[in-house]
Amino acid sequence: MSTFDDPFDADRALAQSGCVCGQHRSAAEHEHATLALRCEAVESEQKRYDGVVASAVVRAMFPKDAARRAFLKSVGAATALAAISQFFPLKTATEAFAESDAPEKKDLKVGFIPITCATPIIMAAPLGFYAKYGLNVEVVKTAGWAVIRDKTINKEYDASHMLAPMPIAISLGLGATAIPFAVPAIENINGQGIVLAMKHKDKRDPKDWKGMKFAIPFDYSMHNYLLRYYLAEHGLDPDTDVQLRSVPPPEMVANLRADNIDGFLAPDNICQRAIFDGVGFMHLLSKEIWDGHPCCSFAVSKEFITTSPNSFAALTRAIVDATAYASKAENRKQIAEAIAPANYINAPVTVLEQVLTGTYADGLGGVKTDARRVDFDPFPWQSFAVWMLTQMKRWGQIKGDVDYKAVAEQVYLATDTKKVMAEMGLTPPQTSYKSFSVMGKTFDPATPDDYLASFKIRKAS
Amino acid sequence: MTFSLRFRAAIVSIALFVAFIGIWHIATRGTAAVATMTPEYAKLMGLTATQGKSAMPGPLDVGAKLWEHLKRPFYDNGPNDKGLGIQLGYSIARVGLGYVLAVIVAIPLGFLIGMSPLINKALDPFIQVLKPISPLAWMPLALYTIKDSSISAIFVIFICSVWPMLLNTAFGVAAVRKEWINVARTLEVGTVRRAFTVILPAAAPTILTGMRISIGIAWLVIVAAEMLVGGTGIGYFVWNEWNNLSITNVIIAILLIGIVGMLLDQILARFTRMVTFPE
Repeated sequence: MSTFDDPFDADRALAQSGCVCGQHRSAAEHEHATLALRCEAVESEQKRYDGVVASAVVRAMFPKDAARRAFLKSVGAATALAAISQFFPLKTATEAFAESDAPEKKDLKVGFIPITCATPIIMAAPLGFYAKYGLNVEVVKTAGWAVIRDKTINKEYDASHMLAPMPIAISLGLGATAIPFAVPAIENINGQGIVLAMKHKDKRDPKDWKGMKFAIPFDYSMHNYLLRYYLAEHGLDPDTDVQLRSVPPPEMVANLRADNIDGFLAPDNICQRAIFDGVGFMHLLSKEIWDGHPCCSFAVSKEFITTSPNSFAALTRAIVDATAYASKAENRKQIAEAIAPANYINAPVTVLEQVLTGTYADGLGGVKTDARRVDFDPFPWQSFAVWMLTQMKRWGQIKGDVDYKAVAEQVYLATDTKKVMAEMGLTPPQTSYKSFSVMGKTFDPATPDDYLASFKIRKAS
Repeated sequence: MTFSLRFRAAIVSIALFVAFIGIWHIATRGTAAVATMTPEYAKLMGLTATQGKSAMPGPLDVGAKLWEHLKRPFYDNGPNDKGLGIQLGYSIARVGLGYVLAVIVAIPLGFLIGMSPLINKALDPFIQVLKPISPLAWMPLALYTIKDSSISAIFVIFICSVWPMLLNTAFGVAAVRKEWINVARTLEVGTVRRAFTVILPAAAPTILTGMRISIGIAWLVIVAAEMLVGGTGIGYFVWNEWNNLSITNVIIAILLIGIVGMLLDQILARFTRMVTFPE
C-alpha cells in the first residue's frame, strides 16, 4: 500500500495494488474518482501525517490485511480509531511526526559552483523545492572548489555542492584539516566529457596524446580519476606522459581558446560551452567510460547533522525530491530555462538545453542524441565511495592502508537516504553496495585491494 | 595661453579615443572563415562558430550593454545577480571599512615611529618584510584563520593599505623641521599639544600622500579579493561574467573599476591640496 492511504477506511486494501471496487487501475485512481464524486478537496498536509502515523500503527497491529478489514467492518472505523487511541497516543505520535518536520533552522545558505551538475541544488530554489519542505534557502554561487570547501568548513554555508570525492578527502584530512563530512545525496550521474581542441580532430586515439596538456577541475574529483583511468587504460601514465592541471572550469574554455591546453575533462555545460564557442569538440562523454558514474554530491558537515537534524532532513528531502524531478526527461527543458539566468548558472539557455536534453552538437558538424548524457540519481552508493578510495590510493593521494568500508559508510549516508526515500514514497535500492564496470572492467566493492592491485599503471608508493 | 594648452590637450585626447575605438571596431568586425553546417547543427551553436563573429566584442556591443546596465543600475535578482550600482556599492563599502581601519592604525603608529628613533629602528625589519607581500598571498591565511570571507576581504585591504600610510606618516613626522620643534620646546609646549599643533600640520601633506597611495592600493586589492571569495562586489561581477565568458560585461566592469579608482584618487588629491602649505 502507499504510505498515504487511510488505514481506517474498510474499503481500502492496505497491501495489494489495484483498487477495492475493481473499476480503477489503482487505489489512487479509485480514490480520485470517489473524491470527485463526493466533491471533496484533496487532503491537507496535516491529514496526510495523520494517515502516515495511523497506518504505521494499524499495520503493526494487524500484519494480516484480512484481519484488519474484518475488525474495521465489525466495529466501524470511528470505534476502531477511539479504541486504538485509548492505548496508543495516536495524536501525540502524529504531532511528534509532524514536528519532526519543523526545521530548527529555516534560513539556510547552500553554496554551489555554476555547472549543470548542481542542477538539483540550484533548481530547488526557483522551482520551490526548498519552500515545499519549509526551508528558506539562499543558493550562493562560489568561485571554486577550494573556496566552497573553506566556506562550508567555516560554516558560512550550511551545506554545499561538492565534487563526489571531496567530502571523503575532507573527512580524511587530505588537502585540508580533517573534518567529518557526509554525503546524503549524489547530485548527478554522468554529465562530464573529454573535449579536445579543434586542431586535434584527427588525433582521436589516446595513444597519440603523449605530451599533451589536459585540464581537470580539481585534484579530488571524479574528473581527475576518470581521465587518469581512461589514459592509463590506453597505456599512458597520467603522471609522466601527459600534464594534468587543476584549472577552474570557466578558465578551461579560455585556456583552450588560447591554446594553453590541448583538452580537458570537465563538468558539463563547460564542455558544451567550448563547442558552442567553436573552440573544441566532444571526444567522449564520461558516460562512455563508466555509465552511471557519480559526479557531484550534496555535502554537509557532520556537525550540521547533529546540531540541526530536522533542517538536515528537510534539506535532504528537498534535494532528493528535486533530483527525482530532474531525472524526468520531460522536465529538462523547463529546468534549463530556470537555471540559466545570471543569478544561477549564468549560461546561454541553448547550451544548458543541449546538456540536459542530451541532443547536442558534437563540435564536428554532427548532432548527437544521448538522453542519459547527464542523469540525476540521489542514492549515495557506498560502493562509489570505495571506488574513489581505490583511485585515491592508486594515484598516491592516500598513503598507507585505508579501511574502505568504514570510510565509505561514514561519509556516504546510504542508510539515511534510504529512509528518506522510503518516507517520500520512492523506492530506494535494497543494498548500499553494487558492482559496476568501468571501461569494461568489473569493480567488486567487496575486494577493493585486489581491484587496486590489478592495475599496471599506478603511482609507485 | 593655459586655455589654449588645455584645449589642444582635449583635442589630442579625443583624437586618441576615436582612433582607439576605430581600431577596436575594425579589429573585431569578424571575418573568420565559417565552416558549412546543417541548419539543425547551426541552431545548437553560438555566433562565434556560425557567423565567424570575433570572440572579442566590438565597441558597439560594449556601448549597448553599458547603456543597458546604466538604465537599471540597482536591480536585485537574488543573491547572485545584482545591478552594477549595488556591486560597486558593496566594493566601495568594503574598501572604505578596510581603509578606515588602516588609517586608525597607521597614523598613530606612524607618529610613534616618526617621533621615536628607537621604535623606528626596532620595527623597521618587520615593516620591510611585511610591506612587499602581495594581497592575494594573505587571502588563504585570512580565510583559514578568520573563517569568514567578507571579513577576510576587509582584512586583506587593511593589511595592504596600511604600509604606505605608515611609512609616509613616519617619514613626514621625522622630517618636520627641527627649528619648529625647537621653537615649540622653547615656548614649553607639551608633547601632546606639540604633536597636534606643530607636527601634524607640518607632516599633513606627506601623510595625505601616503593615504592617497593607499586608497589606490586598496581599490586594486578589492577586485582581486572579491574575485577570490565571491558573493558580492565588482570583483565578483567580473568573475561571474567571466564564468559566462561574457567579455562585454568584463570590459564594462574594467571601465567602471577605472572610473571609480580615479574618483577615489581625486578625492584624496583634493584633501592633499587643502592641507598643503607654502614654505
